[in-house]
Amino acid sequence: MKRISIDPVTRLEGHGKIEIFLDEQGEVANAYLQIPELRGFERFCVGRPAEDMPNLTARICGVCPEAHHMASTKALDDLFHVEPPPAAKKLRELFYSIFFATDHTTHFYALGGPDFVVGPTAPAGERNILGVVKKVGMEIASKVLKMRRDGHELIQLIGGRRVHPNWGLPGGVSRGITEEQRRQIEELGRHAVEFARFSLKLFEDVVLKNSDYVKLITGDIYVHRTYNMGTVDANNCVNFYDGMIRVTGPDGREHAKYHPRDYPQYVAERVEPWSYLKFPYLKRVGWKGFVDGEDSGVYKATPLSRLNAAEGMATPLAQAEYQRFYEVLGGKPVHHTLATHWARLIELLYATERWVELATDPEITSSDYRVVPREAPTEGIGSVEAPRGTLTHHYWTDERGILTKVNLIVGTTNNNAPIAMSVKRAAQKLIHRGEVREGLLNMVEMAFRAYDPCFGCATHTLPGQMPLEVVIRGPDGTELRRLRQNL
Amino acid sequence: MSTPTAEKTATKGKLALYWAASCGGCEIAVLALDEKILDVAEAFDIVFWPVAVDAKVRDVEKMADGSIDVCLFNGGIRTSEQEYMARLLRRKSKVLVAFGSCAHEGCIPGLANLNTRQEIFQTVYHQTLSTENAEGREPQPATEVAEGTLHLPVFYDTVRTLDQTVPVDYYLPGCPPEAERIWEAVQAIVQGELPPAGSVLGPQTTVCDECPRTRSEKKIKEFKRTWQIIPDPQTCLLEQGLVCCGIATRAGCGAKCPQVNSPCIGCYGPNEGVRDYGARLMSALASVIDADTPEEVERIIREGIPDPVGTFYRFSLAHSLLRRKKLAQA
Repeated sequence: MKRISIDPVTRLEGHGKIEIFLDEQGEVANAYLQIPELRGFERFCVGRPAEDMPNLTARICGVCPEAHHMASTKALDDLFHVEPPPAAKKLRELFYSIFFATDHTTHFYALGGPDFVVGPTAPAGERNILGVVKKVGMEIASKVLKMRRDGHELIQLIGGRRVHPNWGLPGGVSRGITEEQRRQIEELGRHAVEFARFSLKLFEDVVLKNSDYVKLITGDIYVHRTYNMGTVDANNCVNFYDGMIRVTGPDGREHAKYHPRDYPQYVAERVEPWSYLKFPYLKRVGWKGFVDGEDSGVYKATPLSRLNAAEGMATPLAQAEYQRFYEVLGGKPVHHTLATHWARLIELLYATERWVELATDPEITSSDYRVVPREAPTEGIGSVEAPRGTLTHHYWTDERGILTKVNLIVGTTNNNAPIAMSVKRAAQKLIHRGEVREGLLNMVEMAFRAYDPCFGCATHTLPGQMPLEVVIRGPDGTELRRLRQNL
Repeated sequence: MSTPTAEKTATKGKLALYWAASCGGCEIAVLALDEKILDVAEAFDIVFWPVAVDAKVRDVEKMADGSIDVCLFNGGIRTSEQEYMARLLRRKSKVLVAFGSCAHEGCIPGLANLNTRQEIFQTVYHQTLSTENAEGREPQPATEVAEGTLHLPVFYDTVRTLDQTVPVDYYLPGCPPEAERIWEAVQAIVQGELPPAGSVLGPQTTVCDECPRTRSEKKIKEFKRTWQIIPDPQTCLLEQGLVCCGIATRAGCGAKCPQVNSPCIGCYGPNEGVRDYGARLMSALASVIDADTPEEVERIIREGIPDPVGTFYRFSLAHSLLRRKKLAQA
């Protein structure tokens, strides 16, 4: 059996590699996504004081530490049975909206967007942020840089540091904001809304008006009919900070809607011996393998999933885009993986609108941003939407608040099985009779990249390409052919 | 080594960046240089940076030994693949910098040295609430599947720092290092103004010196957990009974955490001349306790700091004199 090894040196919660096996006819028999790394947070956090967790778990990921910090802080609220004051929740959601907007900007412009703005068949050397700049101009690069810089500076202003903020506590946050800071946050938020609208217009002009791209998005290579998961507010609108977790089926009907505390009834994790990363699936449906469909417990948790799992967006501009999205793509749910890039931009717009909404809330400069817990800690669950998927922290402690048990289900982890399935499908559609087309490498990358795997490379001046090498070996292991990209 | 940046026609130096067992925060920290990254790109050819640049391990293997001028290596060493990369990049690099807390001290993933691989696997793959694994599967270095064999790197019992694996020339501390410190280090390298090999690149004072809070005499009768009090925003946090590690931690961060009312957690590691961070922190805290007997000192620490190893060695366990919890004899 022939074997294709794709060992990118880029990272997915650590490094990732893909093994593709061909059958006797040279068709793809199977594909495996292997994560070759583990650090063991669920174990080594046992014995630590619970209040250390927002800082300990931030070190799970230096790109989205804010997500872990926030899920952890909410788990602490639950653990200590303490309700933060309204101003504290608003401050947290403001901070979180800024983070979301910054993170989504980074992914679209440096990683995902270039495939469309420059084109999937453009020379590899141009499929990066520099190519985007060349195609659409330096002015746009400046806008992107400004957006990222503004976002990170506000994260530092509010939470203490650009990477690994130190701000969350049970019962609130460690510091509020002054009126002067609020004004700065509002001003930058209004710029950010315009930037988000601009990004959607760019997508419209460059992608939606290009029939080849539309064919790629709506075609047969990148599509999976799976369940979708996201967090929604009381009106079933997308919310990143808080709400109920809603899962809709491949046909769009609601499969479940539950309080994050009930996640153990709905989500289980499977172990495979060939990967360090576990595979979450829906318990009530059960694990049926790496397959699509209503009978398979595989689910996705991505921006596209969040739009599918919700019934709308809570802010006006984003809601108009949401409606348009489904009109153009033929109704809900949308299962075309590449549409995730568009969904991500709609979320970007929502995040910036919410940023301005909260920055102009009369309570946002309140000094009532923290209360001291009065009850002994026992057990707590906190959940947010990370940019890459639903993130859940679950802690158990003794009466002194020292952790006795920890369970974490992390954003990208939700998508472990779907990413492998997307890669396999792309490979199956592209590799026939043992012939690997030159376009394979980038097309496989596109399947992978739409999920914005844990590390969204934040380069803004250097080529942000994933080095890929495809090695085709005969049954005896001799190398038959080698295709390289960015190597 | 390249000549100063002003001379554009001169040969550029070769720079490599690599991440082992890390979170990606050090990569983001490099990008926090914002526009200055262009100056870095002017002074150096980035010959290997897996996240950003088109070069792969095989290309590094083909390079002549010592041909990479500077390698910024972040992340700890806890798998066989990471050990291989540390050794490879040491061979190929003139100057190897342990970049960030993981490479320098082990950082937070180093707390796994309180456990063994078996304990970690037991929890992660068998015991967590949502794990369904009746078959008792665990990741294996080699797995036979229907189509062939799949390989994974070996997961070691112990997290090691970079200098416990290969000789290291310089350390850039912090989790992650702040952009200003990174820039100073890059400039020092470009201008050839480096301290003796083995040095930590950073200020030789503690976070207290950078902290704007007012300080007076410290007489602590009891330590408080962060959730127990709402501290006064102007006064030293340690004086208010919070365990602020700034007193034993190297400066360089600008004391950002205390400025949002959060005590320093020690991510920049020990100050100059200190071999064991935890020991230094313990003695610093003991020296500000107001007690008449050693028993009282012990009671105050025991009651207020319920996780001594996690508090005193939060970032530095792998690099400390303790290194790890004892492994059972084979």
